[in-house]
Amino acid sequence: MAKRSFLIPGVDKRLLIKDSIKTMPDVTRRRFIAGGASLGALTLLTGCDVVDSSSADALLARVSKFNDAVQAFIFNPDALAPTFPESAITKPFPFNAYYDLDDAPDVSAADWKLEVRGLVDNKKSWTLDELYKLPQVTQITRHICVEGWSAIGSWTGTPLRDFLKLIGADTRAKYVWFQCADKDGYNSPLDMRTALHPQTQMTFKYANEILPRAYGFPMKIRVPTKLGFKNPKYVVSMEVTNDYKGGYWEDQGYNSFSGS
Amino acid sequence: MSSLTVTDEQVSATRARMIQPAWVRVMHWVNALAMILMILSGWQIYNASPLFGFSFPREYTLGGWLGGGLLWHFAAMWLLMVNGLAYLVTGFATGRFRKKLLPITPSGVLHDVRAALTFKLAHDDLSVYNYVQRALYAGIILVGVLIVLSGLGMWKPVQLHWLVSLFGDYPTARYVHFFCMAAICAFLVVHVALALLVPKSLRAMIIGR
Repeated sequence: MAKRSFLIPGVDKRLLIKDSIKTMPDVTRRRFIAGGASLGALTLLTGCDVVDSSSADALLARVSKFNDAVQAFIFNPDALAPTFPESAITKPFPFNAYYDLDDAPDVSAADWKLEVRGLVDNKKSWTLDELYKLPQVTQITRHICVEGWSAIGSWTGTPLRDFLKLIGADTRAKYVWFQCADKDGYNSPLDMRTALHPQTQMTFKYANEILPRAYGFPMKIRVPTKLGFKNPKYVVSMEVTNDYKGGYWEDQGYNSFSGS
Repeated sequence: MSSLTVTDEQVSATRARMIQPAWVRVMHWVNALAMILMILSGWQIYNASPLFGFSFPREYTLGGWLGGGLLWHFAAMWLLMVNGLAYLVTGFATGRFRKKLLPITPSGVLHDVRAALTFKLAHDDLSVYNYVQRALYAGIILVGVLIVLSGLGMWKPVQLHWLVSLFGDYPTARYVHFFCMAAICAFLVVHVALALLVPKSLRAMIIGR
């Protein structure tokens, strides 16, 4: 019984393993099936020619996919991120981007509108004033960067799942894809299960003040169960979709799951 | 029938000379590879956000950039975990840990450290570990367990938040992970130097005798 407790309801164990096996090359697949999961994982690593970097890259990408399947299997995607008291907040909370603060998007509140696209009933765009009128909650959680540093902050906004319900989004779709005002067009996909996570938030305030430019004015998506790069800032549109549209960092090789 | 008896004696004679059984040798070298991959990719990850005022030289890192280092780290972790768990289970089940690593007494360790520093530590019987070896090998196994636990906590600080709180908080787990790595590197330096000073121990870890 203890073994069953971390099974995700609705996920068939055999189908999951079958799916992850499909992502392996022929030889590896045969060895994996012959040797069982643990031996297969070993073969994946030792069977590679590290000198040939492109085959090593392909192999590493496959192990990464395999890791995604294993994580989806053993972890509960609805687990809550730990929350902290106000005294634990990191001051000052760091600004972080692939550009300087001077180059951060300077969004005009009056001109900005949140565009809603894809598999939703109501595609109307939202002004900031309209969004501010939605019920808001505050969370104090730890932001963890893929680089390893972390900081605790206080974020206030509307749970994304409430907004998705409000606009009649098809929550059976696979992703919510965010586009941002950053230069070079930042974007990032979020899997639907995480989009519906109770702590995933459309954030309008930091430390009870209107979200400053440094932290993503006018709107950030705060996802405390994912690494920082999956917490887009300066969001201009969201699209509910079944297609994996990639992301700024995901396309460069960061694991798209990146759940903590 | 007499020839059969001789064969049995030969077999038992071979057994007696065997210093490192095959499973120890295989797991030792798999672990060596896994450790090197984990350390070099770990240095790449460290460099993305150094804990201290230094970075590791690029030529000693794996993966080319943070994203590549992470891919290597999370691939080699399987090798480390599967091999490490198999080693722990076999080590306990066969009684090897008990027979080889125990007892460890402070007086024994002190005595053998003194002997080692004055080059009087004998290596006549490689199948019996001296107290310095026992302390170092048992210690490095504990460090290995600690580095895996702190690493798992850093990898999944939400899912495994109880593991993180075992170390205090997330930043502390990072420091624990780093210092365990440093301890393993220090162990490696001593371990490799001693293996080269007593080459028959290296031979035993390769061919078993």
